[in-house]
Amino acid sequence: MFGFLSTFIPRAIVQGIPLIFGCTGEILTEKSGNLNLGIPGVMYVGGICGVIGSFFYEQSAAASGQFSNFLALLIPLLCCLAGSLLMGLLYCFLTVTLRSNQNVTGLAMTTFGVGFGNFFGGSLIKLSKSSMTSVVLSRTSLVYKTALPFASSLGWFGKLFLSYSFLAYIAVLLALISSYLLKKTRVGLHLRAVGESPATADAAGINISRYKYMATCIGCMIAGLGGLYYVMDYACGVWSNDAFGDRGWLAIALVIFAIWRPGTGIWSSFLFGGLYILYLYLPTTMEHMELKELYKMIPYVMTVVVLILTSMRNKRENQPPASLGLAYFREER
Amino acid sequence: MKSKEPVFHIVKRDDLPLYKVIGIRLIAILLALAVCSLVTILVTKLNPLDVFRAVIKGAFGSTRKTWVTMQNTSVLLLIALAVTPAFKMRFWNVGGEGQVLIGAWAAAACMINLTGKVPEWFLIVAMSVTSIFCGAVWAAIPAFFKAKWNTNDTLFTLMMNYIATQLVACFAIVWENPKGSGTIGIINNATEFGWIHIGNKYLLPILVALVMTIVTYIYLNYTKHGYEIAVVGESERTARYIGIKVDRVMIRTLLLSGGVCGLVGLILVAGVNHTLTTTLAGGRGFTAVMVSWMSHFNPFTMILTSFLLVFLNRGASEIATSFSLNTSFSDILTGIIIFFIIGCEFFIRYSISFRSSARAKEG
Repeated sequence: MFGFLSTFIPRAIVQGIPLIFGCTGEILTEKSGNLNLGIPGVMYVGGICGVIGSFFYEQSAAASGQFSNFLALLIPLLCCLAGSLLMGLLYCFLTVTLRSNQNVTGLAMTTFGVGFGNFFGGSLIKLSKSSMTSVVLSRTSLVYKTALPFASSLGWFGKLFLSYSFLAYIAVLLALISSYLLKKTRVGLHLRAVGESPATADAAGINISRYKYMATCIGCMIAGLGGLYYVMDYACGVWSNDAFGDRGWLAIALVIFAIWRPGTGIWSSFLFGGLYILYLYLPTTMEHMELKELYKMIPYVMTVVVLILTSMRNKRENQPPASLGLAYFREER
Repeated sequence: MKSKEPVFHIVKRDDLPLYKVIGIRLIAILLALAVCSLVTILVTKLNPLDVFRAVIKGAFGSTRKTWVTMQNTSVLLLIALAVTPAFKMRFWNVGGEGQVLIGAWAAAACMINLTGKVPEWFLIVAMSVTSIFCGAVWAAIPAFFKAKWNTNDTLFTLMMNYIATQLVACFAIVWENPKGSGTIGIINNATEFGWIHIGNKYLLPILVALVMTIVTYIYLNYTKHGYEIAVVGESERTARYIGIKVDRVMIRTLLLSGGVCGLVGLILVAGVNHTLTTTLAGGRGFTAVMVSWMSHFNPFTMILTSFLLVFLNRGASEIATSFSLNTSFSDILTGIIIFFIIGCEFFIRYSISFRSSARAKEG
């Protein structure tokens, strides 16, 4: 049993890391009153921008024969952040400045982002006229997968807590920082005020647009890192179309599961990560392969159950930000 | 203090005359098309004229292609029509995908299990009833919880999509044909038992879509139900005050919405694809949401919007295939078009007055 847990839990955590990024990003966004349904698209864009950056770096490194680990780390990271930032700006420009409907903008961003990821993932080689046969960024991936050197020597403790790459710890750290920011700082208080009642916050002299822009863009950048982590660490630098799947939607569902608390988001992401791969561990026989597909349903059913339960309990402190999904226009108060 | 005055400020407009509204939208679409062709040119290094030639060739290059374009337009239109009553009520039914799939699943279940045991007319009736029923139930579950406990509709319907997808994936293995392939294959390929075709194999969805467009228009604008939906959408409190039973309207509307989605599933299985896969709906449940919103819930505008999207989609796929690029290219173009169309609404609802022009008016 212990042996099973010590292999299952690390895998669940690895599955959960992209979800933490997405969930933390979306919580920050939603706290500003923006319901960004474009997160799945943003995560795709984040992933593919990292891939594009690292692809060209690996190409040039192969040509010149010099490979710097530091650059291999930095270039995809910056590309990923820049790509997700642009998506965030696009969302904000449409919903905050132009006051479009947030749901429709978000869905369009998801269509666009997933298409963007799949298109460049599938056509990168053709477009850059490279000689590679598929997008495999193993050297960059090795850099991203570097774990603490002494983790393997610490037995189960090292395996459970220290065997992950740096992005995993950044994910947890970002969630904790966001939690602190929202609960304990003035900026967090203002941000929550913007999400709850923009008119009141406006009267108190808070710049609504700036807070919405900042929260959404930072949220998108954090979510984009989830895509990068997935490609570079989990998928070992191999981009395959649609492989990221519906994790973006799960991240949005997690926001509700975590009742808008980044701290709670951490362990719920791990839980969902576990549920996501649970089907691999549940007993099936060769004659009943179809059961595996049914087991894959579990995370979604869980989300639905949680959705229903939180709405039934209807506690005041567990409610979404009051102005979530609504555009703010000063003259319409 | 003058320098602190903002350069421009935004004022809400009165209703614009119709020709100006249409004009603004046309400009937005033209700009979007310009950006789309620019992107295409950057990616493929084609010259602009060739891009347009390729797009038109992709959509109308042959009789078959024209039919397929019209067929795809009507399927998208049908799903958009299905989700519209729900949206008008401000119920975010983004579960069109799942409702279509579950309808398709029901139709396939009937086809696979009843073939050879019942006469064909009975099979077709059974397929129609079960798929519409399943789609309706799939949509009514979130509606029930929303009506009762105000459960978040967007996320609930979204999750129902994935539950439906997994259900279909499961049955794709149960019903796999031939064994071990993991797919169902064409159902009743040899006998065409239970296939619904009118005239040629493209006409059925087109006819159904035309009928449904008119029915939806009348339902939304000239019936008591339509009125109730509009009131609930504008203000739930007003609806309660004037004695509309909001929860009943909600569940009833979603039953209809899901039922039409189920019907699309039936059409896809019995009339178009003759098979069941997890990607049968192919993201059209989401695109339909945008079609419906961009058309301001007007069924006739939806014909044009869905045609525009399908036309571009087919054209983009043509370009992508001929350059051996990934066909997701069309999703990028769809995204660009939608960004422009939803962005342009701002200029219909608000006007920007600049400082200098405001002063000129005063002076």
